[in-house]
Amino acid sequence: MSDEKQNNLSELARRIRQHCVRMTGKANASHIGGSLSAADLLAGIYGRALRYDPQRPDWPDRDRFIMSKGHACSALYAVLAESDYFPVERLETFYQNGSPLAGHVTHKNVPGVELSTGSLGHGLPVATGMAIAAKRDGRPSRIFCMISDGECDEGSVWEAALFAPHHKLDNLVVIVDYNKIQSLGVVKEVIDLDPLADKWRAFGWAVRELDGHDMLAIEKALTQVPYEAGRPSCIVAHTVKGKGVSFMENKLLWHYRAPLGEDMAKALAELEPAE
Amino acid sequence: MRTAFISELFELAKQDERIVLIVGDLGFGVVTPFMEQLPRQFLNAGVAEQNMTSMAAGMALSGKIALTYSIANFPTLRCLEQVRNDVCYHDANVKIVSVGGGFTYGAMGATHHALEDLAVMRAMPGLVVVAPGDPVEARAATRAVIAYQGPCYLRLGKAGEPVVHQLPIDFELGRAIQMREGRDATLISTGGILQNVVRAAERLAREGIQTRVLSMHTLKPLDAEAVLAAARETGAIFTIEEHSVLGGLGSAVAEVLAEADGIKVPFKRLGVPSGFSLHIGSQEYMQDCHGLTEAGIAESVASVIRTVTSS
Repeated sequence: MSDEKQNNLSELARRIRQHCVRMTGKANASHIGGSLSAADLLAGIYGRALRYDPQRPDWPDRDRFIMSKGHACSALYAVLAESDYFPVERLETFYQNGSPLAGHVTHKNVPGVELSTGSLGHGLPVATGMAIAAKRDGRPSRIFCMISDGECDEGSVWEAALFAPHHKLDNLVVIVDYNKIQSLGVVKEVIDLDPLADKWRAFGWAVRELDGHDMLAIEKALTQVPYEAGRPSCIVAHTVKGKGVSFMENKLLWHYRAPLGEDMAKALAELEPAE
Repeated sequence: MRTAFISELFELAKQDERIVLIVGDLGFGVVTPFMEQLPRQFLNAGVAEQNMTSMAAGMALSGKIALTYSIANFPTLRCLEQVRNDVCYHDANVKIVSVGGGFTYGAMGATHHALEDLAVMRAMPGLVVVAPGDPVEARAATRAVIAYQGPCYLRLGKAGEPVVHQLPIDFELGRAIQMREGRDATLISTGGILQNVVRAAERLAREGIQTRVLSMHTLKPLDAEAVLAAARETGAIFTIEEHSVLGGLGSAVAEVLAEADGIKVPFKRLGVPSGFSLHIGSQEYMQDCHGLTEAGIAESVASVIRTVTSS
């Protein structure tokens, strides 16, 4: 892989983060932390892994991406805009009266969004249905689904986790944005998920663990699926909540707080392109 | 009704490979021919209704006509948010099929009494709600919901209910079927209680009370015209349902009547009071406990009619 390609992905991730900070700040909205933790993964997914055509969002053979952690919608909207599904300027309407860009992932009038989410535990089961439909129709589509760590508390996640390996859905990929902080505390103290990769492995998934901010590792993991024929793939991505803005990193506060005023200026300064 | 549904679906599925039947580990002996002869159009989701419903949405969003199938409250209340968000919000072409409406499984206990499903499903945005009254309607309803593009709820009874419609019917979603004519009152029925209602009407006729009977197989969209015509043309309106009196047919009809201009008609809901039944027992026993047998319905109707005519 050339350095230029690698730089492109990192640059895409940087722009996603910039959009997220501007959007959530202007909207005075929550959930910047979990959007920033997912930014590098989303850059890898849209920048390298997915087969899609923004001119034909309904192309039947497209790969599908389901953002099941619907609260991190600013990052998804940002990457969709950067991927030419709609003009980047539209991001400015996020959370505003009358805008289609709602505070949780919404498909209505937002090209490129496959599934509205916001209640956790829905994305992977729907993705599983899409994966089995593609298999039965002999279509090449692969279904990628990002879930959060707190979301793994939902029983419906594990209903799908049981189902997909049994049906050998190797066209299904789940990416866990394991940023270690959920809504009311750190995951370890709320409901410990560890050993998380072992849990997915035990359910029959082919699992890889990686640093969810290492672009090289992300690209490799996303482009090498399926890891085993006949098994769905799981990427446990160890991430940092608030990644990319020093004062937000690993802070529960930034699950909720919007980057306003000086905070926004400081955050954006940290997200300027490298010289 | 169950048999009518599955045999009709089987025929439709043989001609349309988009049709996929997803069961929640239920349907022993019922779905077997479908499962064996159309394996690529069949899926057992296991005992996991949330995943079943979301998967159905995912398959529908990939071009399938996906049916979920389970009993009593499992495909509806257990996975209600999946119905709301994944199916309804996405206008996914999913048909939710529940067997065991009302007291079909009366002896199995309160967990298996399906008495709130119509109310809850009626509140789901964009969901068509259908409760056929006999096997003939069940067959026609199956064809109609498959032909309809969008989410539907099909509430069935059990196997072996009597055929009430002796003649071919003209079935259209959202249009009530008039079963008999009379001017003293209109009895509006939904779901498997239809035979009791028709028989109650016959009994009332012998007593000199002539009633119109409407089979309101589609609860949503409701045939408001038929309700308003009944209010204008007949002396009283009764709704009869094997369901809570809250939120189902009775409420739907009341909403139409309450908002109509210049309509004043005696009105009564016959159904199950909101609450858990203290009893268990056969469907007939449970109907009897709640005044929903032929005799119970006739008696309730007659007493209101007598009060109205004597006042």
